Amino acid sequence: MDDYNFAYLDEQTKRMVRRAILKGLAVPGYQVPFASREMPMPYGWGTGGVQVSASVMTPDDVVKVIDQGADDTTNAVSIRKFFQKTADVAVTEHTGEATVIQTRHRVPEELLTENQILVYQVPIPEPLRFLEPRETETRKMHALEEYGLMHVKLYEDIAKHGAIATAYAYPVKVEDRYVMDPSPIPKFDNPKLESECIQLFGAGREQRIYALPPYTKVVSLDFEDYPFDPSKADHPCALCGCTNSYLDEVIVDDDGGRMFVCSDTDYCESRRKRGFTGPQFPLSGEAA
Amino acid sequence: MSVTPLLEVQNLTKTYNGRIGCQNVSFKLYPGEVMGIVGESGSGKSTLLNCMAGHLAPDSGKVLFDTRVDGPRDTLAMSEPERRMLGRTDWAFVHQNPRDGLRMRISAGGNVGERLMAVGARHYGTIRDSAGDWLERVEIATDRIDDRPAQFSGGMQQRLQIARNLVSGPRLVFMDEPTGGLEVSVQARRLDLLRGLVRTMGLSAIIVTHDLAVVRLLADRLMVMKSGDVVETGLTDQVLDDPQHGYTQLLVSSVLQV
Repeated sequence: MDDYNFAYLDEQTKRMVRRAILKGLAVPGYQVPFASREMPMPYGWGTGGVQVSASVMTPDDVVKVIDQGADDTTNAVSIRKFFQKTADVAVTEHTGEATVIQTRHRVPEELLTENQILVYQVPIPEPLRFLEPRETETRKMHALEEYGLMHVKLYEDIAKHGAIATAYAYPVKVEDRYVMDPSPIPKFDNPKLESECIQLFGAGREQRIYALPPYTKVVSLDFEDYPFDPSKADHPCALCGCTNSYLDEVIVDDDGGRMFVCSDTDYCESRRKRGFTGPQFPLSGEAA
Repeated sequence: MSVTPLLEVQNLTKTYNGRIGCQNVSFKLYPGEVMGIVGESGSGKSTLLNCMAGHLAPDSGKVLFDTRVDGPRDTLAMSEPERRMLGRTDWAFVHQNPRDGLRMRISAGGNVGERLMAVGARHYGTIRDSAGDWLERVEIATDRIDDRPAQFSGGMQQRLQIARNLVSGPRLVFMDEPTGGLEVSVQARRLDLLRGLVRTMGLSAIIVTHDLAVVRLLADRLMVMKSGDVVETGLTDQVLDDPQHGYTQLLVSSVLQV
């Protein structure tokens, strides 16, 4: 434990990251540049999220890490271990018990509270990036609130697919001011961005931090005649029977067999513990 | 009774590291008027146009535009948000190369609709209807509304650029070589189209070109530039039929008579 400073980063770096976080909280949705550090993991594995988590973490915190809703996949396991080793903090898989939750591409189903911080890993923080490649120009567009182009993208979606086909990283407008990329969460999760908890977004490679303070107004962009629709697969969860959680489609054999299960593993498990069951539970072949 | 000029340029000067781009240019443009600027390559036509449209910052001078709300204001002294707002509402800029003025990865409909969405249109149906309407007006078949500009011919791209610019109902259009690089029969159709649009919409326009036939057809007034200076101004027919300045005489006499 003595080999590392608490939570890996040195104190000056944490100070620098915290300043960026505070600025981000003061100007919701604004991308604050920060001097992102090399982390002992590759870019794209959550270096931005890890730096933000490390900077807000205290020894009393309970940490949970989510990767696409799951607690037990590579990314989640390795980052959880990283904080166990470098910060010696308690970890959990239960959303309700955690105080700092780092997530990749999902918002937990369970509603978060004022005592919690949700940290997102962000690959590309700039919502206008694929429409306007020049950083100088996108910054100017944010500064001058020129967001017509964002709607051009949604227009193209409807023209091509008959509906707004953007299903993840669905752009939102924060407090009627900044257009923000909520990281690649499914658009199903967009309504949950208006939350009681603090939400922090860290992009390591792109060196940006942005934030949503509690109770911030977050509106998903749409057209009057094509309103925003936070859709999901039209099935109940095969394991817990939940009808209003976000589902993953799992291919189970080579004959087109498939099942839909909650993407939030902790949520699904806790429901099953409370006695809820879906049509395929217990799984065939598994000892009942 | 006096009419307020839509655009008034006063002593506009732009130098590039001491070399003259254009100097001491002054003129007035009245509503509904089309002004042609001619001159050889490097005479400062495009520099002047870009300075007026706010793409380049001139060294000195004023560009007064008669805004809808506040009357004549110096656009160079405006804040950037105000100037960019003008740039996408009351002004239009038609680039010489349509690739500079279009978004090549976005469908024709999206290209035309962008200006509408930029000023707050949020109804897909209405945006699409006016995009279709404008494509028709510039003689592009409406069933190509979802094609990308890259799939269009050069002439169609240029017409699409015009539609994209005029959809917001601008009052002043800047055009840089509107017929450059087009074959003659296409040029003639383009000119016909432009003349129709300018007259029916009551647009004011400033057209930079080196093609005298273009200004003969489109422009009410003409300004001849050489080495950054305006050497002659006047009514188009007057300047072309009775050129006074040596350079204008040379220019007019070099046109091939077929």
